[in-house]
Amino acid sequence: MGAFEEEWAVLMRAAMAGDEAAYGTFLKAVTPSIRVAARRNLARFGLGPSEAEDVVQDTLLAIHLKRQTWDSDRPIGPWISAIARNKFIDQMRRRGKSPQVPIEDVSESLAAEDTATAALDGYDVNRMLEKLNEKQRNVVRFLTIEGASVRQTAERLNMTEGAIRVTLHRAVKALAVIYREQKK
Amino acid sequence: MKTDDLIAALAKDQAVPAPKPRTAIVYAIIAGTVISAILFMAILGSRPDIDEAAETYRFLFKFVFTLTLAASAIALVFQIFRPEAAPGRRLWLIALAPGMLLIAAFAELLVMPSASWMPRLIGVNARFCLTLIPLLSVAPLAAFLWALRHAAPANPGLAGALSGLSAAGIAATLYASHCVDDSPLFVMTWYSLAIGLVTLIGYFAGKRWLAW
Repeated sequence: MGAFEEEWAVLMRAAMAGDEAAYGTFLKAVTPSIRVAARRNLARFGLGPSEAEDVVQDTLLAIHLKRQTWDSDRPIGPWISAIARNKFIDQMRRRGKSPQVPIEDVSESLAAEDTATAALDGYDVNRMLEKLNEKQRNVVRFLTIEGASVRQTAERLNMTEGAIRVTLHRAVKALAVIYREQKK
Repeated sequence: MKTDDLIAALAKDQAVPAPKPRTAIVYAIIAGTVISAILFMAILGSRPDIDEAAETYRFLFKFVFTLTLAASAIALVFQIFRPEAAPGRRLWLIALAPGMLLIAAFAELLVMPSASWMPRLIGVNARFCLTLIPLLSVAPLAAFLWALRHAAPANPGLAGALSGLSAAGIAATLYASHCVDDSPLFVMTWYSLAIGLVTLIGYFAGKRWLAW
């Protein structure tokens, strides 16, 4: 468990210094643990694992938008756990469930294998994207699903690279709001 | 959206990160205090007999109380802004200033004849006190809430209430140099009411704006 956390902390420190690749690796590395904790917690509320991806994505967005609140001198595990817990409780409240059930920490699921990822391929790809405005949706599509770089996206959409970055940042913030406000 | 796609989008979002919460809180303390102090000088100013007043224990105690309150509330704001923060027993720090005030009020009852208790408690400026402390709290409270929007407090209501308490502590310190009612009985009644009101407003503002 300590080794995992140390690795995450190293990646996150590099990310905070501007290393985009390290940041992507960091987010990919923490996702399985968040997913496993989310599934176990959903099970405690009698909900199926299919709901887990909402919790995972909501948590990743919060980690991203609140990344400056991690103090690099402190352990990163409790920080991630606290964000995941907050987001999980949020989602349960929105569904009218009382969050009285003890909730498992992400750090307790660190070593767990993430086996069911493949089953998620059918997950509704477009539901969240559809709620973005057209410009944001196009930028996010090009950058992610089509895997284009910022420069390629700028050329294809006839925008400047700066405008692409601003649009992406607004889209990310909009997604966080969409998660916060979505009602089941 | 697939989670891998979301991760790709997040990794590419290299927008200039918001200020570090700790820095933002320091800015908030400075900006909130300066704006309130300017407002205070513009509409009130300190009382004309401040030099004589500064030699009396009662006048000086008001600052001991308000500065202790502001310092302890601000110290706690620094404890609660992270998502994994658990202030626990440190929250008892909040009891320090009210505890001192209770002792001072008790001492006042011991040394002053009972006939003077009510006049001292009611004072001459109660309505002023109830309006001006909240008014002078507006800028610092807004500044603290702005700073904590850049943080991720585990408990938004508590973070808002502590913001209100810190702001009211700053405001009450300024107001105390104008106010001619120096009895701890007055402070315990009217300052506490005004500070409590700002804290309550902070609590609801926190629930509304500091959730993330």
